[in-house]
Amino acid sequence: MPTLAGTRDGVPLIDGIDKVTGRARYTADLDHRGAFVGRMLRSPCSHGQITRLDVERARQLPGVVAVLTGEDFRVPYGVLPIAMNEYPLARGKVRYRGEPVAAVAAIDAETAERALSLIELDVRELPAYYEAAEARAADAVRIHDDKPGNLEREVHHTFGDVAAGFAAADLVREELIDCAEINHAQIEPHAALAEFDPFTNRLTMQSVSQVTFYLHLMLARCLEMDESRIRVIKPFVGGGFGARVEVLNFELVTAMLARAAGGKVAMELSREETFITHRARPQTRIRLKLGLGRDGRLRACECEVVQRGGAYAGYGVITILYAGSLLHGLYDLPAVKYDGYRVYTNTPPCGAMRGHGSVDTRHAFEVLLDRMARELGLDPFEVRRRNLLHAPTRTLNELAIMSYGLAECLDRVESASGWKARRGRLPHGKGLGMACSHYVSGAAKPIHWTGEPHAVVNVKVDWDGSVTAFTGAADIGQGSSTMVAIAVAETLGLPIEQVRVIAADSATTPKDNGAYSSRITFMVGNAAIDAARRLRGMLTEAAARRLDCDPADVECAGGRFHVTGATDRGITFEEAVKAALVDQGTLTVKGTFTCPPEAQGGKHRGGAVGSTMGFSYAAQVVEVSVDEDTGQVTVDRVWVALDCGFAINPLAVRGQIEGAVWMGMGQALMEETRYLNGMPAHASFLEYRMPTSLDSPPIDAQIVESIDPNGPFGAKEASEGALASFAPALVAAIADAVGVDLDELPATPDRILDALVARRRRQRLDAVAGGGR
Amino acid sequence: MFDPGPIPGKRLLRIRLNGRWREDAVADDQLLVDYLRDTAGLTGTKTGCDGGECGACTVLVDDEPIPSCLTLAARCEGRSVETIEGLAAGGRLHRLQQAFHEKLGAQCGFCTPGMIMAAEGLLRRQPDPSEAEIRAALAGNLCRCTGYVKIVESVRAAAAADA
Repeated sequence: MPTLAGTRDGVPLIDGIDKVTGRARYTADLDHRGAFVGRMLRSPCSHGQITRLDVERARQLPGVVAVLTGEDFRVPYGVLPIAMNEYPLARGKVRYRGEPVAAVAAIDAETAERALSLIELDVRELPAYYEAAEARAADAVRIHDDKPGNLEREVHHTFGDVAAGFAAADLVREELIDCAEINHAQIEPHAALAEFDPFTNRLTMQSVSQVTFYLHLMLARCLEMDESRIRVIKPFVGGGFGARVEVLNFELVTAMLARAAGGKVAMELSREETFITHRARPQTRIRLKLGLGRDGRLRACECEVVQRGGAYAGYGVITILYAGSLLHGLYDLPAVKYDGYRVYTNTPPCGAMRGHGSVDTRHAFEVLLDRMARELGLDPFEVRRRNLLHAPTRTLNELAIMSYGLAECLDRVESASGWKARRGRLPHGKGLGMACSHYVSGAAKPIHWTGEPHAVVNVKVDWDGSVTAFTGAADIGQGSSTMVAIAVAETLGLPIEQVRVIAADSATTPKDNGAYSSRITFMVGNAAIDAARRLRGMLTEAAARRLDCDPADVECAGGRFHVTGATDRGITFEEAVKAALVDQGTLTVKGTFTCPPEAQGGKHRGGAVGSTMGFSYAAQVVEVSVDEDTGQVTVDRVWVALDCGFAINPLAVRGQIEGAVWMGMGQALMEETRYLNGMPAHASFLEYRMPTSLDSPPIDAQIVESIDPNGPFGAKEASEGALASFAPALVAAIADAVGVDLDELPATPDRILDALVARRRRQRLDAVAGGGR
Repeated sequence: MFDPGPIPGKRLLRIRLNGRWREDAVADDQLLVDYLRDTAGLTGTKTGCDGGECGACTVLVDDEPIPSCLTLAARCEGRSVETIEGLAAGGRLHRLQQAFHEKLGAQCGFCTPGMIMAAEGLLRRQPDPSEAEIRAALAGNLCRCTGYVKIVESVRAAAAADA
């Protein structure tokens, strides 16, 4: 087990001082001198044929330097190579209210906005569908010509003998659970700065991206440019949570405007536009059936999921696959049938959001398991313990489980929350609930399969003794650059301050698949260690030459290379570097990481989705107070334990756990996007309510270290796994507090009151029926 | 037809910005946040919403935390305006900056300048705040990363540290 001396309490982020002093430059803070201002015109209707789009008057307005429409983009884009059906500006048809249809660049914002007002747009409206059921109706008009029934993708997977499983179960129950659509709501609004040099035909793009490689790829595709003429730089990014994994329309439009204007264009979206750009967690309806033995063992699971996907493909196929795939991997399930339906609707496109695809199905699963345990008189902790996995193992759908710390997570939160002594003994109106969840440490098979390693890190050492790690990984606040610095410093026996990290600039850093599916710690961390080990090998050989001994007898520690067992016979790190540079000059070494094929899931269609090198595991207990007069739910306290394999930076791990739990709380308690005839009714922070400091409880976050055999120092992901267990734990706590079972998220006061009223009505009816007997 | 309306007048604004007096010509309708970012070049103050929703633009005007996106620059005539850039002095971080850095009060960092300025406003009027007072003082500053756990810890630690 690694010691990571000096970092056991964790270290502050290496870019933390930039953030607390205001020096950190986010996209909107970059040098805008000489930049034109970009703006987009958006569709006023939800679904229709564009019959006229006249931009001539806008083009003639003095101060306007470029005007674009969908006709300027010949190539569609999308995050999945198999489902690219979106244009940066609508072509021919609009499919959601707020879809960009035209764009201008002008000398200032006022002129740009005036130009938008001069564009004439006529749309022949078509029937629009705002709910999945409407879009799937037999007589519904197709939103995309090639998709009958407005079905983007259906998935049907069966593993094991489901019928036999239900037949063997002592209790079979089925529930219908609804989860509202939510948004990432990262605090930094979307922005991009593109600079096109007409003399060299080169484009420099700076944007809020989580995956600069996808942006690079799509810029080349949609602008029909040679990839080598594009440079993508990620400045500081003010949060992502999945919003910025896919390339977004405004990024491509800004770049195209810059080329059309032959200069620099800045585009800053309003908060309303940032909400409309969306790509977040879809509204989801889950029909779930579980079979349970009296012994608490799960016998069978049948799950149908319908996701309202919005107007374009985006990540949809992956989201609907994740929803089924990650039914597996948390508990030992002998039989699972999954039917998933991803539906096109005339709402902003959904996409990936923290816990991608897995959160809502996990919610339904945990909620139903809790209710069935109650019916069988089993403790919620006990029923989980009876269904634990034992690593290493493979799930029915061929997901490899290499480490598994759920049992310890359960023990930790059961004890920390005082569950045994307090559950069922709290006064009426107060309650405790618990649930579990898990998530991948990086998708084992990347979307753009090229045969390259999953991660590459370069480490340079030079005459001045400085060590610089180059990574394409996007630090979006999660602390990935700090993780790279720790990995390199630890491997070279140096203090972290001696390692500099240069990240996410395609001109200098190696390609990376970016910040999604919690892949960076596992993949980039391993690549960083690999690079640092290779460098250590070279320095060890050089040191051995200087010390006149065998390299096998040289140890590297504490900033020195010395002969094993003789610490006085050694040289400093800087001396070893100087020795290594003789005849060689500056050294740059490369480290890589590749997920082996056996980690990449089953051979069935869609079988790669959900596959990963390591799953994180979480258990949490939520304590609530419910006001039966107002329906207001207050979260008093949360206890959570996360198995992240090994905490490379415990401070950052705790921060990620707290953030994930809190984000789960927002979804569970209040967050919800709403559309009135397709018009977003939530597109500000006043209408899209998320918890403030006053609504937020203390969170007791504990770290469980199962030491994954393949993780960097044993580490796995820490940012997503704890999110999904919040909502079901909350719903269980509400049931414990006031005896109502909530089937809908979020648990807003009106939904709580409805449930309380329904329960009272049921009780009265029961009383009447009972009185008649 | 779009009507640009009358061209706004300009006036000479004299303010004390991070301790230094300065004069700039500003439009009557210029927001303080735009003055700080575009005229004074102090981009530490952020815009996170369409007006008064998120607190990322919080600065101190005569020691009071205010949203600079809802304040006209012209209203600050003759007053003291402090931004995140003015806190560190003499080569030392301000105690709130030190605490937010060490305790991970900042993750993505976008809300951080506004959060720190709101906390500084609190500490100036209440040097030893309770947790409830800290949470109340920061209720207008949204953070999406931390769940506020380490933000509250950071403010407590700063309050406990020597000023």
